[in-house]
Amino acid sequence: MKVDESPTIASLFEEIKSQADSHWQELFDSGQPVIVVGTATCGRAAGALDVLKAIRDELERQGVDCPVFEAGCLGHCYAEPLVIIGKPGYPPICYGYVNPVIAERLVKEFVVGDNPCLEFVLGALEANDLVPSFADFPRATYEKKIVLRNCGHIDPTDINHYIANGGYVTLSKALQMSPEEIITEIKDSGLKGRGGAGFSTGQKWEICRNTPGRPKYAICNADEGDPGAFMDRAILESDPHSVIEGLIITAYAVGVRNGYIYVRAEYPLAVERVRIALRQAKKLNLLGRRILGSDFSFDIRLFEGSGAFVCGEETALIASLEGKAGMPRHRPPYPPTSGLYGKPTVVNNVKTLASVPQILTNGAAWFASIGTEKSKGTAVFALAGKIVNTGLVEVPMGTTLRQVIFDVGSGIPNGKRFKAVQIGGPSGGCLPESALDLPIDFDSLTEAGAMMGSGGMVVLDEDDCMVEIARYFLEFTQRESCGKCTFCRLGTKQMLALLSDITLGEGTQADIDILKALARDVKTGSLCSLGKTAPNPVLTTLRYFEGEYQAHITEGRCPALMCQHLIAYYILPNKCERSCDACVGTCTVEAISPNKKRIKVIDQEKCVKCNTCLMACPPQYNAIVKLSPPSEVPAAEK
Amino acid sequence: MNPKAKTVTQNNTGEEVSAEKEARDRQETLKILKSFGRKRENLIPILQKVQARLGYLPREAMMEIATHLGIPEIDVYGVVTFYNQFRLNPPGKHSIRVCLGTACHMKGGYITLDAWKRRLDINQGETTPDREFDLDTVACVGCCTMAPVTVVDNQPEGKVEPTKVDGILLAFELERGAEGQKTVR
Repeated sequence: MKVDESPTIASLFEEIKSQADSHWQELFDSGQPVIVVGTATCGRAAGALDVLKAIRDELERQGVDCPVFEAGCLGHCYAEPLVIIGKPGYPPICYGYVNPVIAERLVKEFVVGDNPCLEFVLGALEANDLVPSFADFPRATYEKKIVLRNCGHIDPTDINHYIANGGYVTLSKALQMSPEEIITEIKDSGLKGRGGAGFSTGQKWEICRNTPGRPKYAICNADEGDPGAFMDRAILESDPHSVIEGLIITAYAVGVRNGYIYVRAEYPLAVERVRIALRQAKKLNLLGRRILGSDFSFDIRLFEGSGAFVCGEETALIASLEGKAGMPRHRPPYPPTSGLYGKPTVVNNVKTLASVPQILTNGAAWFASIGTEKSKGTAVFALAGKIVNTGLVEVPMGTTLRQVIFDVGSGIPNGKRFKAVQIGGPSGGCLPESALDLPIDFDSLTEAGAMMGSGGMVVLDEDDCMVEIARYFLEFTQRESCGKCTFCRLGTKQMLALLSDITLGEGTQADIDILKALARDVKTGSLCSLGKTAPNPVLTTLRYFEGEYQAHITEGRCPALMCQHLIAYYILPNKCERSCDACVGTCTVEAISPNKKRIKVIDQEKCVKCNTCLMACPPQYNAIVKLSPPSEVPAAEK
Repeated sequence: MNPKAKTVTQNNTGEEVSAEKEARDRQETLKILKSFGRKRENLIPILQKVQARLGYLPREAMMEIATHLGIPEIDVYGVVTFYNQFRLNPPGKHSIRVCLGTACHMKGGYITLDAWKRRLDINQGETTPDREFDLDTVACVGCCTMAPVTVVDNQPEGKVEPTKVDGILLAFELERGAEGQKTVR
């Protein structure tokens, strides 16, 4: 960049920034309470849109005109829908488990009245004397929000909110730096690709920059296909501009004019919010021709995936962008030397890109000071499954699994015992209790047989069958295998057949050896990571939980009482309460009826094992149990 | 070769497609094609747009697209059958997508799927004979915290267990009943 142009970039941005600031300040200067509703997909699934409507309706009835806006995900997904009310004179308070009725009360009593409805409070956003703040939560000790810093606090559909909170400042500064300086800074920070493989981001950029050939391309990989992972979705829905800013900086550093954001089709809301964000960035000339008056031009196209897991693999993603079936090809050559249309292409994950502006703002040394020696920065995890506080967390690398699950996630609900944690989706593995003190970083997880993957963490308790989860993942990878490599295509099919047999109680001892041999073959005989890592769930469960496989094979028993073919539901006659009919009414197939003594009995022929009766049986009776093998059910009732 | 390959049948309910419908599908497709260039990279966006308009990808549409892009018809068909999002048969009025992500599966998503199958009396990938519902699974919609999830008409519903399946269906029935009454009166 020529020196005499620098002031123009700075002054042009200053103008944009001051407008954004005044827009943001207006929200709070009005003297009115500001209401924020979290309407990311997780919030919507819990009914956030109904809550939003209830708030708007009630405000209208009360004749109050105060700003209401939609934000993304705060990370406390367990308590969705979330509503934040910032009222002058009070700290900003976040309410959890809100429904339309509570929402109306909040408007009537807190927005209009003066009662902060403490019974619905989840936490305050700032320290104060009135209510506990999120910073007082035990999880706050471990959390460090870099990528998620804005999520849930700003309106993702309003670029001014992002700019007023420090957004695009880095871009304006980056445009006044030389590309080489930026690459050095990113290299020094030790940032590794957050998509799972963990390759040095700075190095990737450098290779791509130094490879001759034009045009070059920059791609944001938002094809987050791992079942059980939703970090990228949450970031795109809550703070899309941070990713866009990261991609623009990438493009500037690498020397790219055309970029793509590849979002999977299963995330319609993320697609919509990215589309809006791109339009707004273009309007302010933060994107497009001669960005902020510099001589750097860059355009981003949004590309919707079409529902193929394998397209998360970079070469498959590139094939998909070219309008072909998303089949991976052999690497090398890697995309930085030969990618889209055979041109140098840099492909980065959503979280990697969202970290970039932060690194340039705070410096490489700052980022490198977080995390462990080999893995720098933070890791974003999606906590789901049998865990009390499901949601999104961001912790420094090196935090142990135990801290994340028990301190941040508050452990296992319903007094159950922890059994395993599934990390890294279909490519990862199931780690048992003995692995809980492992620090989370790229190397130690791989050593334990799992992998960092993209960051999905599904916690399993004593009710989850490890054979079944291995079967589930094999079913997934088998279905999603693109079919190119024989071992992946046929090997996973065979492995799935063997695992299915075991869950049906039809497995043999020999099956285990065949599974192990097949796992090795599929790993070595596949081109891309889908096949190379597909056996991981089987191998880790065999390594840590072989006893469960044995129980299925030798006794026809599922120790976790999960495999439907190996269990039966049974009502304990001595516990069943005669006057109670809860199970009879809820049974979805009318399989339960009272006998002469008014003790309820399940017709095993009709029972579809849907678990409804077990949940319906009042806890004071607790009369319904699962038995395995099914032959445990007394003969008289079969 | 592809394990996901769908059947070639035009219409899974066995209805005959009338010549008028074919012509209409063709017209709609041509209209959409006007806004796209002839580069192969447009194939997937075109397919998405046509499916959004017609609900599925009829044979005529695929043929027109192949002509427009100057590529063999089999290439279009190959891409359509490769990706899970594209469908070759008409959808129902309401779409039911049962999420089978890891968290949903472990919290009983397969039981929920069984319940939908039982109540609608169809298998996944099928449409009810009255064209009211189509049932399918989705790999993961990223609402893992609300597991098990079912996406009903593009709206994710959390904690859908067999009893909630009945509840959702009842709501549709009441809605239909109300509409029916309106037309009768």
